Amino acid sequence: MEANRLTAHELLGALKEKRLSPKDIDEAIYARIGKIDSKVRAYPRTGNSGKEADEKAVGCAGPLCGLPVTVKDNICTTGLATECCSRILSGFYPPYDATVIAKLKSAGARIFPWKANMDEFAFGSSTENSCFGPTCNPWNTAFVPGGSSGGSAAAVAGDEAIWALGSDTGGSIRQPASFCGVVGLKPTYGRVSRFGLVAFASSLDQIGPITKDVEDSAILTGAISGYDPNDSTSVDYPVPDYTKSLGMDIKGLRIGMPKEYFVEGLDEQVKLSVKEAAGKLESLGACLKEVSLPHAQYAVPVYYIIATAEASSNLARFDGVKYGYRAPSESLMDMYKKTRSKGFGEEAKRRIILGTFALSHGYYDAYYLRALKVRTLIKKDFDTAFGDFDCIIAPTSPTPAFRIGEKASDPLKMYLSDIYTISVNLAGIPAISIPCGFTREGLPVGLQVMAKPFNEEMIFRVAHAFERNTEWHKARPQL
Amino acid sequence: MSIDKETVQHVAHLARMELESGELEKLSSQLQEILVFIDKLSLLDVKEAEPASHILPLSNVLREDSPKECLTPEEALRNAPAKDGNFFTVPKIIE
Repeated sequence: MEANRLTAHELLGALKEKRLSPKDIDEAIYARIGKIDSKVRAYPRTGNSGKEADEKAVGCAGPLCGLPVTVKDNICTTGLATECCSRILSGFYPPYDATVIAKLKSAGARIFPWKANMDEFAFGSSTENSCFGPTCNPWNTAFVPGGSSGGSAAAVAGDEAIWALGSDTGGSIRQPASFCGVVGLKPTYGRVSRFGLVAFASSLDQIGPITKDVEDSAILTGAISGYDPNDSTSVDYPVPDYTKSLGMDIKGLRIGMPKEYFVEGLDEQVKLSVKEAAGKLESLGACLKEVSLPHAQYAVPVYYIIATAEASSNLARFDGVKYGYRAPSESLMDMYKKTRSKGFGEEAKRRIILGTFALSHGYYDAYYLRALKVRTLIKKDFDTAFGDFDCIIAPTSPTPAFRIGEKASDPLKMYLSDIYTISVNLAGIPAISIPCGFTREGLPVGLQVMAKPFNEEMIFRVAHAFERNTEWHKARPQL
Repeated sequence: MSIDKETVQHVAHLARMELESGELEKLSSQLQEILVFIDKLSLLDVKEAEPASHILPLSNVLREDSPKECLTPEEALRNAPAKDGNFFTVPKIIE
């Protein structure tokens, strides 16, 4: 099999035994990109920057042995443009590496020189909001790959990457992983440093891996996790060897299925796949029961207040003074306004205005403060549930991938595609999406597994038990 | 709660953006629709709930105030759209 089709753990074995060199892997990836990326467009900047970086001789050093990692365009990488797929950051070359990048480099990994496409500033669920144009789903290029980490997920699904980093604020790793039939983990809030991640909503954002299987997810999560003095919200809590959670049985584990998630709006085929997956876990010895998350229906409205409020504040820094795009103008106020109006895309403007509104005088208590209180209720729902259950399973998204353009003109409809992922970010807990089936149209379906804060081990244990006993993760799109 | 065009215009100014008339029209109606959806929160009783600005049991994370290596002026200015020596430049503010 071509090297680009293998998983990272398979490649690590081959590299250590010298059956393959990093150069073989690079050549296979570049050949694949050359063949299919004009259709998928996971990498918006092929053909420029970075070529010189990959021509440097590389050997097998450190535990990650020279393996390339594809990185979402909102994670700072020295020497590589980091533009969040936004016009306002055009031409930005970060003067430092994000902590996750520094960690990967010191573990011996290489950063793939082309960054992955995304919705501008991670605002979106389809990767249609990129200033470079949309990425397409490798399973059917008329469909979206999900978002906002759609470039990362499509690259991994299409074998244009070995594995990738994304970021997840309301589902931006898990939903595209689900739409593209790959594995995506959002770690516990505070597990992975956010230093060098261009901030969207600081109390919700986490960086996480998008991979071809659960073992790769465990390896990459271990490599990027840990306390970072540069991020005061990263937690000083030991990082276990996540690969030790692989291969364990799940006999007697108590798994909850939230009854509030299996209601109107959930696609019948998705429901069927998830129920079958639940049956599989039961057949492996887990004890499945219904669980209630009574405030589930409030997660989307709470999220669109908190996330936009934080975004409006975080994005105030893009003013045309320090980096990126500046519109020609006569006065300073004129410069701010013209730069921001021309530099931000439609969804970014919508969210900045909604967030500014929710924080503005006269509306703060009714919107922002109330949303923070409901967030507490949502978190308590999970605290209660995890008193009785080891993990919770659910669909990752209510539907399979939708058509490009289908929801582009209806922001509210788009927001609802994250209805099952958003509460995880609000509660700060970890969750993974793994492949669990296909629709009749051949589009992947994802199963979400959630656990208590800092219990990624439980997630890997359950996800790996499911994966070992199913074949869904082995399917590849025909391109 | 409703949001009219004047409010949107005002908020856009607070956020240092200007909207063209078509944009203003479209955004106002979309935001109105989103706010109607969000208003479902007003039905909930939140009297007993503390606001959660984040979910970690952390407060006042402090560190020693000790000098460390930082960016050089050249590095800090490398991405500047306009600069003069060691300064970012912007359109003139004072006549």
